[in-house]
Amino acid sequence: MNTHAVSKTYQEINRKIKEGKAVVVTAEEIIDIVEKKGEVEAARTVDVVTTGTFGLMCSSGAFLNFGHTSPKIKATRVWLNNVPAYGGIAAVDCYIGATAVVEDDPLNSIHPGEFNYGGGHVIEDLVAGNMIKLRVEGYGTDCYPARKYEKSVTIHDLRDAILFNPRNAYQNYNCAVNMSDRTIYTYMGVLRPMMANANYSTSGQLSPLLNDPYFLTIGIGTRIFLGGAQGYIAWQGTQHNWNVERGQNGVPREGAGTIAAIGNLKEMSPQWLVGASVLGYGVSLYVGIGVPIPVLNEEIVRFTAVKDDDIYAQIYDYGVDYPNGAAKSVGEASYKELRSGKIKLNGKKIDTAPMSSYYKAREIAYILKEWIERGDFLLSEPHQLIPSGKIGN
Amino acid sequence: MEEKYSQKIVIRYTAEIVDQPIVCRLARDYDLDFNILHARVLPKREGVLALDLTGTKKNFDRGIRYLKESGLRVEPLSKSVTRNLDRCVHCGACLAFCSTGALSIDPSTMQVMFDSDRCSGCSICVKACPARAMEINFL
Ligand code: SF4
Ligand code: SF4
Repeated sequence: MNTHAVSKTYQEINRKIKEGKAVVVTAEEIIDIVEKKGEVEAARTVDVVTTGTFGLMCSSGAFLNFGHTSPKIKATRVWLNNVPAYGGIAAVDCYIGATAVVEDDPLNSIHPGEFNYGGGHVIEDLVAGNMIKLRVEGYGTDCYPARKYEKSVTIHDLRDAILFNPRNAYQNYNCAVNMSDRTIYTYMGVLRPMMANANYSTSGQLSPLLNDPYFLTIGIGTRIFLGGAQGYIAWQGTQHNWNVERGQNGVPREGAGTIAAIGNLKEMSPQWLVGASVLGYGVSLYVGIGVPIPVLNEEIVRFTAVKDDDIYAQIYDYGVDYPNGAAKSVGEASYKELRSGKIKLNGKKIDTAPMSSYYKAREIAYILKEWIERGDFLLSEPHQLIPSGKIGN
Repeated sequence: MEEKYSQKIVIRYTAEIVDQPIVCRLARDYDLDFNILHARVLPKREGVLALDLTGTKKNFDRGIRYLKESGLRVEPLSKSVTRNLDRCVHCGACLAFCSTGALSIDPSTMQVMFDSDRCSGCSICVKACPARAMEINFL
């Protein structure tokens, strides 16, 4: 039974967007609006809340089809700028993963390794329109006789280039410290010994999945901002987990939900897909994602009004516990504290640093807002919602 | 024992003095340990040499004076550290590495700021910035 005071449909909101009358605000702006007007009035006034996140998302990559060659080749092994791509799919298809490292990289043999080039950089070079050296090997068949093929290509020469990221936009994430006595180099950045610093990584109150903690609106087929273009949520992401501890406000207190995202790489921009070299850890890709949240009722707007003070990250020791697979939380901190630059843990003040860009997250929320206001971006009703816990549980 | 002092410097040669054995004299006459960080010295042409010098503060100052008196341009390495704003994504990953506060976050805009006056030239950020936005330009 619908017991909401305000109830809108996707169709109604889209009609307003087309007429240029929709009221769109960012996930930061909605906080004050709900505080001043209350949920019901806010839900009446506002139609869409835009979110954003920009951070290292290792579980990213692109399917590429480089078109048939003559003579034809059935590619089994593929390299792009000497970075291996996965060739175990059809003849001229491959998948370049964000974390693949260039051949002959010294890796961590001189620790910490620099990881100067890899899949994330190939993806950035592709979207930037740069020339890429494609090298292919096949074993030769009657229908695909060629065994070797080499060519310099740009993204425009590829038949298809589809960004498909199996896990993005983590709903909340760990805060990392190091309780051991040596400096460690992790995917959460450098962590100095004896808890000298703490690194965290999400855009908190701006983060897409923290603004819809029960996936009331986010689902398969939701149109999103992805890498600077319009993309879609394809599925729940790998490791998606809704059975987590939550705060009073329904917000998970630890890493929880995820999404898989898909979009046309040819439409994306190197401003929002940036190759990354993480010292001592490896190669990755910064990905920019923004999800619009339709204000269908006052309950949804209440969730979008969540603020950094009320979102907590669990603190884990990456020195001993985490690598041993025995991670247990050693404390928690709100994103307000984390973003202030200092947290307190075991009576000690610790400097904090983010790993994801709040600045760019905010920019994404604004761009998405602009797209919707201009009528260039319509909301899509999900075909199926992403599995989630029940409100109040 | 006097406390050790250590600084990274960049020396710029001109064509006239490129053949002088200056590094050798820094070590012999001023008892300075050196580590060559970067060298581009071509015979009979100008060049640039980046050194990590360690010794007593007194000897360090005398060594620097000697270099300047020989007609060389000497400056701290920090002057060569720059940030490529086109590549910086303002992620903040560098903040944990930078011990001088040269890299900091502006809480109002959440932009990462680089203040080259506070930079010591330690160069840690150059490899630590995942987007490779921090650069050393020896030009
Ligand atoms: S780590 Fe690099 S990209 Fe990130 S804020 Fe620092 S300089 Fe900019
Ligand atoms: S060179 Fe060292 S002091 Fe200068 S900005 Fe980089 S980390 Fe900070």
